[in-house]
Amino acid sequence: MKCSEFLQELTNYLDEALDERTKTELEEHLAWCHNCYVVCDTTKKTIEIYRDSQLYELPDDLRTRLRTAIISKCQARKKAGPREV
Amino acid sequence: MTAIQQRASEPVSDELALVQAAKGGDVGSFEELVRRYDRNVFRIAQHITQNREDAEDVVQDAFLKAYSNLEQFQGQSKFYTWLVRIAVNEALMKLRRRRPERMVSLDEEVKTEDDSLPREVADWSPNPEQQYNQAELREILGRTIQGLPPSFRTVFVLRDVEGLSTEETADALDLSIPAVKSRLLRARLQLRERLSRFFQRRESGDGTK
Repeated sequence: MKCSEFLQELTNYLDEALDERTKTELEEHLAWCHNCYVVCDTTKKTIEIYRDSQLYELPDDLRTRLRTAIISKCQARKKAGPREV
Repeated sequence: MTAIQQRASEPVSDELALVQAAKGGDVGSFEELVRRYDRNVFRIAQHITQNREDAEDVVQDAFLKAYSNLEQFQGQSKFYTWLVRIAVNEALMKLRRRRPERMVSLDEEVKTEDDSLPREVADWSPNPEQQYNQAELREILGRTIQGLPPSFRTVFVLRDVEGLSTEETADALDLSIPAVKSRLLRARLQLRERLSRFFQRRESGDGTK
């Protein structure tokens, strides 16, 4: 397996969306190719860092304000009856 | 090497009942749906628009549009996937308004040459995120993802941050499954490449990192 072939399958590998045979081939490649091992490992870390980052969390006060605005507009629409959007 | 854990999804068993009640005019049921998904919609909107005010508008507009169009939700997909589709469209509209000079589309031409072949293969520190304080880390992550084309970061946030499946992402974005996979691979590799600058293992020298 060439490094470019490994990269093509990287997403499927990280998502565990591969058949056993392809997975074994990839892992054989990883066992000797340090560059691909590093790329695979750091890509996995990239995903985990973003997933755990709590980047763009909605603060509680803003959350309440938005929800209040949404629900009051829904109430108003309900009173006004069905309409085209 | 183990696979990545998916973010646990919210319970959906009672969701159709909430949608049905909301269709019947029960605003309280709709409010429960808002509580369930407002954080997700905000994150997605902020990732796409990269603008706090726009993201706030998107949350309001997306839920109001969903409420007004509940009759069109037939229950063939999850309510959340349907809501995400609305939110992504609202967010892209905001982005287009902010950047009228540049057409923003999920179908934008994606270069086919090997533009995402890794150039930087230095290993990272064992706990790279601990090299920075919380504010620095946010700045790094925010700026890094901002540098991706909107179509890449949208797929990345839905798949990897929100934990939608490939099929759900394709459904929400009206893309084919191969298109989702291709964008996801490129997004992941480009983010990895850009983050390497900040997170690569440093030789012990000054002793501060």
